[in-house]
Amino acid sequence: MEYFTQQLINGLTLGSIYGLIAIGYTMVYGIVGMINFAHGEIYMIGAFIGIITFSLLGAVGITWVPLAILLVLIVSMFFTAVHGWAVERIAYRPLRGSFRLAPLISAIGMSIALQNYVQIIQGAKIKPMQPVVRGNIPLMEANGFQVNISYLQIIIIVLTIALMAIFSLIIARTALGRSQRACEQDRTMASLLGVNVDRTISLTFVMGAALAAVAGVMVTMYYGVIDFFIGFLAGLKAFTAAVLGGIGSLPGAMLGGMLIGLIEAFWSAYFSIEYKDVAVFGILVVVLIFLPTGLLGKPEVEKV
Amino acid sequence: MAATTLPGAREDSPLVALLKDAGIAAAIAFLLALPLMGFQTLDSGTTVDLQYRFHWVAIATVGVFFGRIVFTLLYRRAGAARSKAPGIVGQGMARVGEGLGRFLVPAFILFALILPFLPFADRREIDLATYVLIYVMLGWGLNIVVGLAGLLDLGYVAFYAIGAYSYALLAKTFGFSFWLCLPLAGILAAFLGILLGFPVLRLRGDYLAIVTLGFGEIIRVILVNWQPVTGGPNGISGVPRPTFFGLPFTNDPAEGETAFHEFFNLDFASLHRFVFLYYVILALVLVTNAVTLRLRKMPIGRAWEALREDEIACRSLGINPTNTKLTAFAIGAMFGGFAGSFFATRQGFISPESFTFIESAVILAIVVLGGMGSQAGVVVATLFLVLLPELAREFAQFRMLIFGAAMVLIMVWRPQGLLAHRAPTVSLGPGSGGSR
Repeated sequence: MEYFTQQLINGLTLGSIYGLIAIGYTMVYGIVGMINFAHGEIYMIGAFIGIITFSLLGAVGITWVPLAILLVLIVSMFFTAVHGWAVERIAYRPLRGSFRLAPLISAIGMSIALQNYVQIIQGAKIKPMQPVVRGNIPLMEANGFQVNISYLQIIIIVLTIALMAIFSLIIARTALGRSQRACEQDRTMASLLGVNVDRTISLTFVMGAALAAVAGVMVTMYYGVIDFFIGFLAGLKAFTAAVLGGIGSLPGAMLGGMLIGLIEAFWSAYFSIEYKDVAVFGILVVVLIFLPTGLLGKPEVEKV
Repeated sequence: MAATTLPGAREDSPLVALLKDAGIAAAIAFLLALPLMGFQTLDSGTTVDLQYRFHWVAIATVGVFFGRIVFTLLYRRAGAARSKAPGIVGQGMARVGEGLGRFLVPAFILFALILPFLPFADRREIDLATYVLIYVMLGWGLNIVVGLAGLLDLGYVAFYAIGAYSYALLAKTFGFSFWLCLPLAGILAAFLGILLGFPVLRLRGDYLAIVTLGFGEIIRVILVNWQPVTGGPNGISGVPRPTFFGLPFTNDPAEGETAFHEFFNLDFASLHRFVFLYYVILALVLVTNAVTLRLRKMPIGRAWEALREDEIACRSLGINPTNTKLTAFAIGAMFGGFAGSFFATRQGFISPESFTFIESAVILAIVVLGGMGSQAGVVVATLFLVLLPELAREFAQFRMLIFGAAMVLIMVWRPQGLLAHRAPTVSLGPGSGGSR
């Protein structure tokens, strides 16, 4: 039971991070209908900008932890968002309206290019970071096994929930959210009704990139190491999460992320750590066989 | 990174707009370059130190500013010329391709046949040509699945891996010869394709893509972790080399064996083996092409193309989508398996490293860049994508960066692929078909 609770906490933390990345996939897919393969790389760039900002703040002398984290988040979100915008502008916008596979290939190319770009300019070595937030709260103890939730885990989960709430509000209530939903339903019609489609899509990429940056900073603090290759697997799993939850659905992405995180944590704990990725993809396949549009996805209507 | 050197400039006022546009591009380049180029993280044990490189940021910003101006001017000129006949370029090129095809294809095959005897062909060139042909074969195999049947498969490398591992294991464990293993590897891969096909047939489009991607990763993880059989991350070494009808290509053949050079009274040269391998893959490639071209004219091939164009219409016309998709998966996988077992015998060593997702992405890129469904397009795209990184070995560290950037640029430049061939093989007279 104690072991189970501990794994539950770990799984939820991991799931929050996947969920944050998955939102970027799901929003882009909802509006543009493409898999943004470079999104994992955007997350990796967010993590790198995060680690650079941490070091910079250390050099400047800002060491009060809450302020430092807040500054790092803001800086990383901003610059990562610029990257997300630029990727859309360079690789996807010229391909809007061409056939379905073109943006996918362009996205794969972008992903390869960004990964190697970061490898060249930042070096291929693993970047370590000292833990910023230490300490944890003991929750329960039995048979000499203590269940802990660390402050960092609390920060990650709370921040994820807060961001989810904010973004749900943006999409449900603001003018931007309305135009996003309009573009999702019918891009041509939306543009006829005066929605600036290009701008809306750009902002969607910016929002997705900002959330990925938060995930990147969180991962940097949580694991304490990053390298240029972290984007690939995280992106893959986040996309799996988005599909699992039903692509195009925001709560679905979060749910999918949480599920993937939990599956991974429990599988590593109870079965084998080597095959945790197999478990994740295996469960995805099983879910899709029975629910071809994911858990919360809308059934696709086939039109002739 | 060239930040925003792309079309889309406003065309209202001349010089001011140009400068303003370039200024915006430069500002974005500055923002992009500042965090990642401006600071370099240096390893110092438990944490990172920063090194400042603001001159890089300055160079990037200024470079983008002028690059953008030049690009806008050039693009405007090219755009003015092109706007007269938009959309015709692709079809025109394809038509030229078809017209030349009658003459070019035999010439190309002839060139491939005599390549090893051309004066410039040395061991390195022949090896490189072999390498290119492996990808042509993989591209053609995937072309059946993606280009003809329209099923997006992001895990094609799994079948390649299955082929390679089945050859290595069969040949090492049971001592089967290459020519026995080749069909076995193909059958195994095809069987796996059917196995994968069954659950995923209900899925459409991108769901299919992610499941096949997951499948590819599952195979790779199993290869890494199933130590006793696959050798784990270390892979399998000492994979038997192919023999020329039982004649090995060695300098000192085992007792009772006759080496190739002894049998033909030649001096021993390691080149013999490379030339032999080259001809083996060339034969495989030609067979693949012939089979694909025949299949396209058969009912099953027609059904693939019909399925790609409109699945609902197919179903109402009595085509069984399940069988059609399964055969596409199985035949595509079979060619992947052939290529894999050839790869294993050529390398003599295989490990999971060779079968990562990037490999799938490259093969898919070959199919899409070549123009989906176009056999010649695959060859052109392979020459481009495989030779480019090979030739750029001098820029070793920039190799993959250039590769990725080239993928983006080609796609932006020609979204339909280098040789667009989207029209179905049969259509009802002019004006119908291939309109998507």
